Amino acid sequence: MAVIGNKKYSKQIEHHFSKYPDKRSAVMPLLYIAQEEYGWVNDDGIQEVAELCELDPTHVKSIAGFYTMYSEKSKGKYWLQVCTDLSCALRGADEFHKDLKAYLEVEEGGTTDDDLFTVEHVMCLAACDNAPMLQCNFHYMENLDMEKMKAWVEEKRAELQKELDA
Amino acid sequence: MADSKHIVLRHLDIGKPIIKLKDYEKRAGGYDGFKKAVKMEKSAVIDEVKASGLRGRGGAGFPAGVKWSFIPQNEPIKYVTVNADESETGTFKDRLIMEQNPHQLIEGALTCAYAIGAKAVYIYLRGEFWDVAHMLDERIEEARKAGYIGENILGSGFSCEVYTHLGAGAYICGEESALLNSLEGKLGQPRVRPPFPAQKGGGLYGEATVVNNVETLANVPWIMVNGADEYKKIGTEQSAGTKLYCVSGNIQKPGVYELPFDTTFRELLETVCGGPPEGRSFKALLPSGGSGPIVPLTDEVLDTRMSYEDCAAIDTIIGSASLIVMDDSVNIAWVASKVIKFFAHESCGKCTPCREGTYWLDKVLDRIMAGQATAKDIERIDDVAKNMAGITLCALGDFAANPIIHTIKHFKEDFLAMAEGKELAQAGD
Ligand SMILES: Cc1cc2nc3c(=O)[nH]c(=O)nc-3n(C[C@H](O)[C@H](O)[C@H](O)COP(=O)(O)O)c2cc1C
Ligand code: SF4
Ligand code: FES
Repeated sequence: MAVIGNKKYSKQIEHHFSKYPDKRSAVMPLLYIAQEEYGWVNDDGIQEVAELCELDPTHVKSIAGFYTMYSEKSKGKYWLQVCTDLSCALRGADEFHKDLKAYLEVEEGGTTDDDLFTVEHVMCLAACDNAPMLQCNFHYMENLDMEKMKAWVEEKRAELQKELDA
Repeated sequence: MADSKHIVLRHLDIGKPIIKLKDYEKRAGGYDGFKKAVKMEKSAVIDEVKASGLRGRGGAGFPAGVKWSFIPQNEPIKYVTVNADESETGTFKDRLIMEQNPHQLIEGALTCAYAIGAKAVYIYLRGEFWDVAHMLDERIEEARKAGYIGENILGSGFSCEVYTHLGAGAYICGEESALLNSLEGKLGQPRVRPPFPAQKGGGLYGEATVVNNVETLANVPWIMVNGADEYKKIGTEQSAGTKLYCVSGNIQKPGVYELPFDTTFRELLETVCGGPPEGRSFKALLPSGGSGPIVPLTDEVLDTRMSYEDCAAIDTIIGSASLIVMDDSVNIAWVASKVIKFFAHESCGKCTPCREGTYWLDKVLDRIMAGQATAKDIERIDDVAKNMAGITLCALGDFAANPIIHTIKHFKEDFLAMAEGKELAQAGD
């Protein structure tokens, strides 16, 4: 599909435009919508957001590149961003991050063969008292250990298997 | 209300979060402060906040009422922007306010909007606070239905809208002028000042704008209800009220604790948080996240009050009060390398000393951490950091210099041990 003309987003887009005196200000919320539609911010998404906000596509591209939460390449279904910043690292986050990558057999920033999980490390996520923690897509998972992660990963893999079987 | 223990985390006095407007009205005074404010002269509201001594909780501690008084009253369009970017390492208090007592923030922001005559409030949240923003949108809707937001609020003639705006993962957008650029749909890079946000030409869409931190504004309803004099009785002479202290790192009970400014580090870290992990002792403390000067956790520091003035006296800052605790198992050179990685990653790249400086500091620290450096390298990074301080467009350049200068000042032996490869096994690595 697309963003423009997609009924799924028309209300949201209208709401964002109503918030600001200037169309340009809606570029960030609209980039999130493009990311939702395409799974990442691709050239089609950039083009559409530029058209909607009446901006130059190169400007929209530079915005997408400036902020880390707009993904410029395709990711696994679950984008796992592990905080390895100081407070979390003092509570074992570096080790947790390393063990998670080893368990999923991925390098930093890599995605598993089944396209389910992408793992990368990020800076402080404002949940330092509940380390180790990570952000999975837009939700936080806190007070983690490898036991919990393994169980969760296997659950998601079983869900995928079920979908494939059906 | 004046005798309750909490001003901001009021839900703790009640024992559960105060989410819905109904609960906020029934159990926490509702919008009483705002109702009182809209019956007062605008300038009287500003004077009350000024008299309370309330200082900005985002880090710099600038007096909130004074900031509000800078807004030119005769300008037709003005804005309030709430800084909910909360991205400093070790800071996790604003999220708690928004999650557990959200209406108090909305009420505080509306009171500020009334006082300066703003037509809209934008709450700028870091992109990761996706769930929080959606929850806040629901609370804003509730407040709108109840007549606290919209046209002719409570029959006062004052009209105002409240919106949330999500960032997308850039620490620099917590810096107020970068935040405004980001909100306008531009790159989130700091602006040259003056003009300042409170001046025409310097704020949002070029209009005069108040930028305040979440915690700052969440104090305002209590001040409106109980008065400046009551507020000033709490805390110290130059640091009125309570502060939300975020405690993380090597500590028994990490978390957010709201305490008066005259509380000592010892009372918080030993009595409230239960001290260092079993069998360990305190070594060092970053009282204001990665950006403020580190201090050795000595008895003198432990007996210091956690106020602006007392922390200045021990050569550090209380800032956003993000206390990161290190015990005796931690090599402080490793702490410096972690913190510099953060700033190297978050430098927006606009000015050379910050962009290049953080890059080189990170590279040399990597060498130190790999045991491939000499004492000369330590002097070199100290030099680079000292040359960066004070010459950059925004304070991030200074923030990035601090962890180097002060860690070397207090813990040079840790760097030497690392550099010469005497100590390679590291906490967490
Ligand atoms: C690099 C940098 C990052 C900052 N990040 C934040 C932040 O995340 N939250 C915040 O409230 N203030 C932050 N500040 C401070 C703001 O620029 C500004 O001083 C503050 O929002 C003013 O509100 P206050 O007076 O209520 O503290 C940051 C400053 C700098 C230089
Ligand atoms: S000091 Fe750093 S973060 Fe601030 S404007 Fe310059 S390059 Fe950007
Ligand atoms: S350091 Fe990891 S959430 Fe703050």
